[in-house]
Amino acid sequence: MAAVATRDIVKKFGEVTAVNGISLNVPNGEFMVLLGPSGCGKTTFLRIICGLERQTSGDLLIGGDLVNDIPPRARGVAMMFQSYGLYPHFTVRHNIAFPLKTQGVPRAEIGRKVEWASQLLGIGHLLDRRPRQLSGGERQRVALARALVRQPTALLLDEPLSNLDAKLRTSARQEIKQFQQRVGVTTVYVTHDQVEAMGMGDRIAVIDRGQVRQVGTPSEIYDNPADRFVATFVGAPPMNIVARNGSYLGFRPENFLPKDMVKDAAFTEFQFRVDRSEYLGSERIVYGVLEGFDAKEVVTAKLPPAHVAEEWIRPGEWHPFAVRDAALRHFDNDGKRTSRR
Amino acid sequence: MVAIADSVPKPVARFRFILDRRNVLGSIMIAPAILYVLLLVGVPFLMAVYYSLSAYTIYDPSWSFVGLANFEDVVQDPVFQQTLYNTFIFTFGSQMLGLILGKFGALVLLRPFPGRKFVRALVILPWAVPIALATVAWQWMFDSLYSVINWTLIALGVVTRSQAPNWLGTPHLAMLSVIVVNAWRFFPFAIVIFLAGITAVPQDVLDAATVDGAGFWRRNYQIIMPMILPIVAIGLVFGIVFTFTDLSIVFLMTMGGPVGATSVLGFAGFQTGIVSGDVSHGAAISLFMLPVLFIVVVAMLRFIRRREV
Repeated sequence: MAAVATRDIVKKFGEVTAVNGISLNVPNGEFMVLLGPSGCGKTTFLRIICGLERQTSGDLLIGGDLVNDIPPRARGVAMMFQSYGLYPHFTVRHNIAFPLKTQGVPRAEIGRKVEWASQLLGIGHLLDRRPRQLSGGERQRVALARALVRQPTALLLDEPLSNLDAKLRTSARQEIKQFQQRVGVTTVYVTHDQVEAMGMGDRIAVIDRGQVRQVGTPSEIYDNPADRFVATFVGAPPMNIVARNGSYLGFRPENFLPKDMVKDAAFTEFQFRVDRSEYLGSERIVYGVLEGFDAKEVVTAKLPPAHVAEEWIRPGEWHPFAVRDAALRHFDNDGKRTSRR
Repeated sequence: MVAIADSVPKPVARFRFILDRRNVLGSIMIAPAILYVLLLVGVPFLMAVYYSLSAYTIYDPSWSFVGLANFEDVVQDPVFQQTLYNTFIFTFGSQMLGLILGKFGALVLLRPFPGRKFVRALVILPWAVPIALATVAWQWMFDSLYSVINWTLIALGVVTRSQAPNWLGTPHLAMLSVIVVNAWRFFPFAIVIFLAGITAVPQDVLDAATVDGAGFWRRNYQIIMPMILPIVAIGLVFGIVFTFTDLSIVFLMTMGGPVGATSVLGFAGFQTGIVSGDVSHGAAISLFMLPVLFIVVVAMLRFIRRREV
């Protein structure tokens, strides 16, 4: 197990720049999530760490050693792929044992370690099956066992949950996080799903167009986004951004409430015209526009249905809404958050 | 009452939608293929069985049942034994050589390089050129006097003019020659089979193997080869069946010579049954292919099925 560090990694495919100077430090044992939209370069970055791609420039350090020129098999990292990449012609036992065999681990020890990994993931009863005889969730566990079995320096996961159905995904999320904590392995986890990122990451690196926009804990990312991209990419519905006096004002939908529900003394009031409202059971999402702002800037409010009855809020009506000043975020003209809150 | 009578549905023309019925349409569509197989494969096959059990020759075309006498004659004939042996050597030799060339060619053609399309088109040529034409060209290359191969070997100083091999005149070299020509004809097919197999291996699996510490050779022989084995085996079944029953290369290049060294089952059956007119013995020789091929094909298909589970 080791820390992973990159210094100004750039990767170009011909004219296209996939990774545009990423410097990232992942301390030993940390669960780092790379979050970004599809095509932002996060998977390419992960493939550079494990050595499947060679960076155009920049340095990669694993455990403090420069590994730019070291082939994948000598880096000691394990990777779990989106479609798992299990070997279809091997049994589960053979699949898990493969990374050990390539390293010339003695047979007795292979048996012991396969046993250990399969116990850890509760797949002991599947060892003699082939991948095609397994369900999606079982395959995912086998892939994880194969990745963990050789106690890698770092564990790289490339959207490992995207092939699971929604229900399984929730439990798999918890499991991966649990195993990571139990084994204590440095983990880099790539996803475009912010729920996975928020729920699993010790820290999140938000990536867009090959660059890191912000690195921070989930609460830092959510509460204090570094720029408008992070603000609008994280959160569902995303942060409201409205232009005011040449700069931008941002506030989360759940902080945009009817005025009499705001308890703080310091707040900013808006007149809000309701256009549409969606009842989602645990919340009500209300879409509308603010008086005195551009009518194209749609603002959303996330209201607790228990407190706001449907007949209170109808399309076309104007209501006084407010945001606590502590929950207001300011962005300058370039989209960067200004120091003043 | 009148109203009730009127509401009885009129029967729609019975055969109007007959082609919409799956079983009817299916039967009509498959009928030409079944007829083709029955008439052009089934009938000749039954006729061969019939001739092989009779004393039929073109000089005495009478039907007289002789049981398995023809097969007994054939099996005891040392020339036939040699022919059977030759057929195995010819088939498995050329398939092995073809597969090795095919694997190599597929690996070369897998990665993009300038002119790859041209090379791909070129590689398909041996398969596309009419076999008669190609064999005549090869015959000249192996010719005892004008061999371009010998000319090259002499120019390179490998052999002297007096020692130059007589490719088609020496038994072992003649067998090697027909094997080489058949492998040359087969290897584009092998390339296509290997290319299809290798490109079907998911990139994730190869990447996983790389990260798991497998180098080029281990990826090739522990991941790719076992994964494409079922496809290659199917290709090999085709190759074996075609080669085992083939007579064209031998017929055109060596006429089974020298002294029967390259005679194969198809050729011997043709010579005995058609050229010499001994139809019953010719049929018996040809029918020897059947059990051999049956065993080979069943064994390989069983193997493929086991691999696929």
